Amino acid sequence: MRLLRKLGLAATAWLLAQGAAMADTTVKWLHIEVNPAQVKIWEEVARAYEASHPGVKIEMQFLENEAYKAKLPTILQSKDRPNIIYSWSGGVLKAQIEADVLDDITDQVKGYSDTLTPAALAAFSRDGRVYGLPTALSQVGFLYNKELMAKANVDPASIKTWDDLLAAVKTLKAAGVTPIVVGGADKWPLHFYWTHLAVRIGGKPAFDAALRGENGGFAGETFQKSGELFKQLVDLQPFQNGFLGFKNPQAVGYFGDGKAAMTLAISSVYHLQRALAADKVGLGEDKIGWFDFPVVPGGKGAPSDTLGGITGWLVTKGSPKEAVDFLKYFVSKDVQTRLAAGNYIVPVVKGAEVGLNNAFMKRIADNLAKSNYHQNFYDQSLGPSVGRVVNDVTAEIAGGSMSPQDAAKAIEAAWKQGN
Amino acid sequence: MARRMATSPAMDAVEPAIAPIAARGPSWDGRLTVLVLFLPPALLLFTLFVVVPIGEAAWYSGFNWNGFGRPTNWIGLDNYRFVFQTRAFWLALRNNGLIIAVSLLVQLPLALTLALMLAERFRGAVALRMLFFMPYILAEIATGLIFSFVYDGDYGLVASVWRAFGSEAPHLLASTDTAMLAVLIVIVWKYFGFHMMLFIAALQSLDKSLIEAARIDGATRSQTLRHVVIPLLYPTIRLSVFFAIIGSLQLFDLVMPLTRGGPADSSNTMVSFLYNNGISRMRVGYGSAIGVILFMTCVTFAFSYKRWFMRDE
Repeated sequence: MRLLRKLGLAATAWLLAQGAAMADTTVKWLHIEVNPAQVKIWEEVARAYEASHPGVKIEMQFLENEAYKAKLPTILQSKDRPNIIYSWSGGVLKAQIEADVLDDITDQVKGYSDTLTPAALAAFSRDGRVYGLPTALSQVGFLYNKELMAKANVDPASIKTWDDLLAAVKTLKAAGVTPIVVGGADKWPLHFYWTHLAVRIGGKPAFDAALRGENGGFAGETFQKSGELFKQLVDLQPFQNGFLGFKNPQAVGYFGDGKAAMTLAISSVYHLQRALAADKVGLGEDKIGWFDFPVVPGGKGAPSDTLGGITGWLVTKGSPKEAVDFLKYFVSKDVQTRLAAGNYIVPVVKGAEVGLNNAFMKRIADNLAKSNYHQNFYDQSLGPSVGRVVNDVTAEIAGGSMSPQDAAKAIEAAWKQGN
Repeated sequence: MARRMATSPAMDAVEPAIAPIAARGPSWDGRLTVLVLFLPPALLLFTLFVVVPIGEAAWYSGFNWNGFGRPTNWIGLDNYRFVFQTRAFWLALRNNGLIIAVSLLVQLPLALTLALMLAERFRGAVALRMLFFMPYILAEIATGLIFSFVYDGDYGLVASVWRAFGSEAPHLLASTDTAMLAVLIVIVWKYFGFHMMLFIAALQSLDKSLIEAARIDGATRSQTLRHVVIPLLYPTIRLSVFFAIIGSLQLFDLVMPLTRGGPADSSNTMVSFLYNNGISRMRVGYGSAIGVILFMTCVTFAFSYKRWFMRDE
């Protein structure tokens, strides 16, 4: 009798589930991408998915980057929340997981998740549970203008150590070339210097120890030294005039216009500078080059360690299972290969790197594959609050209004203050 | 928070509606109907959108909370302590003080002078009035963007003027010494037209016979101005000062496109400080504490000002 009832219940449940599957499902997908060419591909992918999955509708929604960050907590707690949202992983993701606003998708991606680069997947996992899928990787390093470097007789290939960089800056200045352009008003382009120095000086152990509050935390030796070395560069006045008033797109355009020899930037700037240059042409492939962030002699970080971004998508609490299904489709080898071929991303799906048809992108992908320690941007990994303090204090070191020691102490104080 | 302040006239609107209850007159029944019909919607809206959010902000300011879930980590007055310990807060407060000073000492006299010139009828007066009023019509964000181009050290208008004199142009918005000055100039440029219009309206409604009487009594032009016209303008000047101060305390949307409060917090106002430290950092408790401080400042000012200077109006 009991068995019969169980069977009956199971049958009813099965029928109901079938009914639900037949009904129309809308998956709301919130993104922040501003490059129309890339959004167009995404839309095509969404339409293709709809065509092969009748009854499922993928609805794309857009919010501007800063607005997205500010509104996200509210959005996530509304009933009408989107199902798929953009993420830089890191401290914000941690807060979201702790607040229980995300779906645990571990079981749904079992098997499939083996196709992803493990380090990228790890950024979206916590305690062995998966909360999202990565889509792209990037690396921070120096882009340079070949003509200007040649004009000052600086060989970019010879810049291996921090002192080499300082020497190159001096030579460039002596030759009347603006050595480096940076979008100082946005602050985060400046935080690349300080944080990449920390990656070189202390390596992964120093960062992990600071998170645990050991060795003086972020006020410890590694981070003070990072500030001191950064100050050595700042004291040479390497940046363009008025760099604290430049927003990042302006700075990227300035580099694209061929007005400065170098810029420390995310690898995607290699292509972005063309769109932001005044003539919309920018620097062609033959005029632009790349070298990795210089090493610091005696530093504990390996030269192959990288700083950069790991971005991806999260599934919000209570989303239909189609959301995860679509994500798996979106982060598939085919789509990733296509995006890689367009030079939009360094892919995270194994084998999709065959799509990379550009020597520069291949080099970045290669660097990332070799990297044993890929540090996510500090302003993301430390969470929105402490991350912004890092941005603030590095901008203050650059502006000369704060000492490296006080900067390190300010970050540690913010870390202790929490939230 | 800032926008909410603008609703304070609504408070005044409620007062006279309540007052008649005490003075029961023959028409009490009629008024009761009016009260029952018209007070609840206003009271409800006011409570819902003004009183409750302010109360919520005060409540949140006691928590260490990032905006996710419900606030649970009660830390008492620590957020206020953190705010007062932040150097940027005092800088923002100083900047608000500067804005008020410049509004009162530069903007209002400028507006009054122009109003005295343009209130009279002559050819082109209306066109000039419109011209001076134009900046006020522009959206704040647009103004900020326009001036960020004007101030640009490479391509901007300021840069080309500088170059015409043969020297290298400074990046005004990129230096901690000049950023606030640059913002102050934009503020004066943007709002003097508004105050000018207030003064013109007041001047045109002045009782001309008083001025004529002064003339007949042999008063010179400057004597008339000093002893007759300006005293008659006092109510408008008081109102203008009130608007200037409250506007200065709430200033935000001009600062963001110009400097975002930078470099090194040198041009933050209280509200941009709130945005940069509360909202973009998702420190809702901390941000609420700043909001409460700002609210208290505005309310204290508004009530004491009304009490001391605008008693008759």
